[in-house]
Amino acid sequence: MSAPIDLPKWADTVVVPAVSVIAAFLVAGLVVLGIGENPLTATRVLLQGSLGTGEGLGFTLFYMTDFIFVGLAVAVAYHAGLFNIGGEGQATLAGLGVALVLNNLTFLPGFLLIPLGILGAAAFGAAWAAVPGYLQARRGSHIVITTIMFNWLASVLIVYLLVNVLREPQSMNPETRAFPDQSHIPFMHEALGAFGIEIPASQLNLTLFLALAAAYGVWLLIYRSRLGYAIRVVGSNPTAAVYAGISPGRIIIVAMVISGALAGGLAVNELMGYQHRLLLEFTAGYGFVGIAVALMGRAHPVGIILASLLFGILYQGGAELAFEQPAITRDMVVVIGGIIILFAGALDGLFRRIVAQALTRSRVARA
Amino acid sequence: MDLDILVTVFDSSLRLSIPLLAACLAGLWSERSGVVDIGLEGKMLVAAFAAAAASYAFGSAWIGLFAGIGASIVFALIHGFASISQRGNQIVSGVAINMLAAGLTAIVGNAWYGQGGRTPPLEGAQRFGDVIFGHSALVYLVLLAVPITWFVLARTRFGLRLRAVGENPAAVDTAGISVTGLRYSAVVIGGVLCGLAGAYLSVGQSAGFLPNMTAGKGFIALAALIFAKWRAWPALGACFLFGLLDAVAIRLQGIALPGIGEVPVQAIQALPYLMTVILLAGVIGTAIPPRASGVPYVKER
Repeated sequence: MSAPIDLPKWADTVVVPAVSVIAAFLVAGLVVLGIGENPLTATRVLLQGSLGTGEGLGFTLFYMTDFIFVGLAVAVAYHAGLFNIGGEGQATLAGLGVALVLNNLTFLPGFLLIPLGILGAAAFGAAWAAVPGYLQARRGSHIVITTIMFNWLASVLIVYLLVNVLREPQSMNPETRAFPDQSHIPFMHEALGAFGIEIPASQLNLTLFLALAAAYGVWLLIYRSRLGYAIRVVGSNPTAAVYAGISPGRIIIVAMVISGALAGGLAVNELMGYQHRLLLEFTAGYGFVGIAVALMGRAHPVGIILASLLFGILYQGGAELAFEQPAITRDMVVVIGGIIILFAGALDGLFRRIVAQALTRSRVARA
Repeated sequence: MDLDILVTVFDSSLRLSIPLLAACLAGLWSERSGVVDIGLEGKMLVAAFAAAAASYAFGSAWIGLFAGIGASIVFALIHGFASISQRGNQIVSGVAINMLAAGLTAIVGNAWYGQGGRTPPLEGAQRFGDVIFGHSALVYLVLLAVPITWFVLARTRFGLRLRAVGENPAAVDTAGISVTGLRYSAVVIGGVLCGLAGAYLSVGQSAGFLPNMTAGKGFIALAALIFAKWRAWPALGACFLFGLLDAVAIRLQGIALPGIGEVPVQAIQALPYLMTVILLAGVIGTAIPPRASGVPYVKER
């Protein structure tokens, strides 16, 4: 942040993330070696499991959908200079919104119920992010701390509601009753099957297109709209924003609302697209993976889609890997995520300096 | 209420507040020197794992404790390297530490012991036994850290400089004292305290390591730190209060109170988080962090 290191744009957007990812995989390889497994075999199983079969690819794209939403959520806040680590909590609340809409409006036809469910997710996610946003903008409470606290509040709240209020009386499991059939977002294999295209069955559903549309929307918002410009000004220099007639407080709240609504997409994909009920811990730590995705994707929608694909491969491949080589559990993906966050986020300056030095050296050599 | 019940509740509050207190003091040292630390949770977790593993391997809780402290210091140094030497984003580094710790302990635990990430149960000398009043040596060690922290920070030259570096590093630098050196020492002290907290969890309070056994304690400690306004004695009070809430929540489970009915355990669990949010919002009192916390120090050139 301080002492900026000037790099050409291509180096900044491509080389630095690539170096971080390579470094992350090297460390992950060392961990695999350390527990006495072969990293090359592990990589082969991982790629084969995530991209080698149609079914595997479907699951990879399903996870990718999750990561696009949470990555975009982190990125929008990031452009406003905010660090939203409350994706977990916002997605959890979005799940509550989905369940309340779908299970209370069961009489509506699908073409109304599905959009309303998505709106419910967005609204609840946005509301859960708006409070920390408001507290940051108007009361000066640090957004990081409040979003952390809101994550825990969300998890406590959802446990209470699922155990005591929303659970079906005859069921032992803390989950709601199944959403009405017409509210299920069609699976990709069903949707394509209707057109006579046969693909292997997987959890992948049409929410993928919503995620891609959201990515396009975020690109339009951040780089092509007046509001996006205001968001970026507030993010890079709040004082200048005031002189430009932009109210940083208002922009902070708006950015958090958009961020929370995007995090709600996770609930749409997981619950409306796959689980078809609200259950505990469906967010599975993806909200934190969103931080890795956004940092690696340089907070740009295209970068986020690519980073989400990488994490989709890791999650699906990791599941296959855990099946083939039980010593390497899926926690490996969490480790890789952690290393990527460390390298692409916190140690960013180190890599930028190395790349800058290498560039200068090659320039000197050429001269 | 019987005296017996009071004593039991007090005892379990103390037990539950010890890991919070150690982690809270760790955060206090770090943030007083200007390094924000949301990786308390992760450091506790690696310490808990290393302590249980070493204690199981060598049959000594004390060796476990040192291994836990060592592992925690390694993670603290990673955080220090990223946020002090590389002037990286301290929040991002903390998130990375937490994820790394959660993933690594689960993988290594599973690879070594094949019990879903758990260590084998510890017994006898592999655990800290009760020494005085039914509490282990670790409890007293952590309690002792409160006056020591207070004394060093408030009454010594090192403490004065450390606090100064968290408020105005440029002034400290001008006086010819190393900002980097002070911040690294604070981060390492934080590592030692998180090591104590983690070791207490796995070889003191329980008999072995469980995946993700910190379960958010690092974040409650962070909340307690804000509540204590970054001071040592209030930290003791805040941690004991949060420990008490936890103990009461366990005690009240399934019991109907006269006039109120059954209090959902989640309502009590939510209190530390809720109270912190309200405090930070400035509705009751204010909590102002050290001025330079979270800001990497760049020497003028």
